[in-house]
Amino acid sequence: MVIFSVYVVNKAGGLIYQYDNYVPRAEVEKTFSYPLDLVLKHHDEKVVVSFGQRDGIRVGHAVLSINGVDVVGKNTSEGKDILEYLKDPSNYPVSIRFGRARLSSNEKLMLASMFHSLFAIGSQLSPEAGSSGIEMLETDVFKLHCFQTLTGIKFIVLADPRQSGIDALLRKIYEIYSDFALKNPFYSLEMPIRCELFDQNLKSALEVAEKAGNFGAGS
Amino acid sequence: MTRRSTPSSEMVANRTTPPLEPSLSIARERAGTGETQMTVHNLYIFDRNGNCLYYNEWNRKKQAGISKDEEYKLMYGMLFSIRSFVSKMSPLDMKEGFLSFQTSRYRLHYYETPSGLKFVMNTDLSVSNARETLQHIYSNLYVELIVKNPVCSSAPSLDSEVFSSRLDAFIRALPYYSPRAA
Repeated sequence: MVIFSVYVVNKAGGLIYQYDNYVPRAEVEKTFSYPLDLVLKHHDEKVVVSFGQRDGIRVGHAVLSINGVDVVGKNTSEGKDILEYLKDPSNYPVSIRFGRARLSSNEKLMLASMFHSLFAIGSQLSPEAGSSGIEMLETDVFKLHCFQTLTGIKFIVLADPRQSGIDALLRKIYEIYSDFALKNPFYSLEMPIRCELFDQNLKSALEVAEKAGNFGAGS
Repeated sequence: MTRRSTPSSEMVANRTTPPLEPSLSIARERAGTGETQMTVHNLYIFDRNGNCLYYNEWNRKKQAGISKDEEYKLMYGMLFSIRSFVSKMSPLDMKEGFLSFQTSRYRLHYYETPSGLKFVMNTDLSVSNARETLQHIYSNLYVELIVKNPVCSSAPSLDSEVFSSRLDAFIRALPYYSPRAA
């Protein structure tokens, strides 16, 4: 029962805080000989598997490292294009590590803004009057909970679907935000939160929530 | 617990009806006592290109304030963005992907077939899992009455009266559907 990450979005939709508590990395490293039986393609400045799923290497997984050396975007660490490198039989046998690509901070910013808009559309398309935006979004591997304060700040928590007590956790994070970010005289509203006490208290609140499985009221 | 006999029971005659989950039977009792207002608001069916093939509403209280065409496009666009958002955000590889979301007043359930057909149903908050319902609508109503219909299949327009009436009867027969008092 895990809490994966926490995002805080300001009222304009910009990401002001992000914390990854637990990032499960399912990575697979294999040695391949020429010719490569996976079909790779460029996608979003990365090289991803588009066909040939096998042995834990799924479609959508990105190339993370070649021969133990991490890749840089579409190129190897030496600056050679990965697809060209893999077309050359003299480079084989080659050991490639595949896995889910980590989100860059730019991508996190974009996703936070995307959610900000989706939240508003969820409220607009409501078949009932007086609906809030999206408060909980469920998939088969995670649940996203969102709490919007009266001032328009959104606290977003991604957790395991079976984790309970997230509502109380969201209120607790709001409390921590008002205590350690808002009361900090050096913090400007709507700006990225860079307050050490906020980080520390957030981490301990997450630990309590995960251990208890159910966040108790009033601590 | 068996369903009330309705036209929809005819078409499931050849299939074993799965027993109602305990949550659904409890839901039916609660709906019967009038304690909770359980209801289905509306249903959309989209094809893989984003065209809305079917829409019907049962208990919709608030219109979106835009024309129906724009609403379909907005709904489809929202779902497309949610799916892309979820696949990027997900910490692990997903099998089924986006299932549902909930706001303070309603819950949207989503089911996508491998052929790209999307079923979207808005219900009130007490319905926790409508995936089986949507799967039933796909396999027992859509496939039986539209796909297997030689007239409908060539241009998938859901201009089938049989489909509309069976679907309407099916929704009204759901244990969590209860017509609101005006």
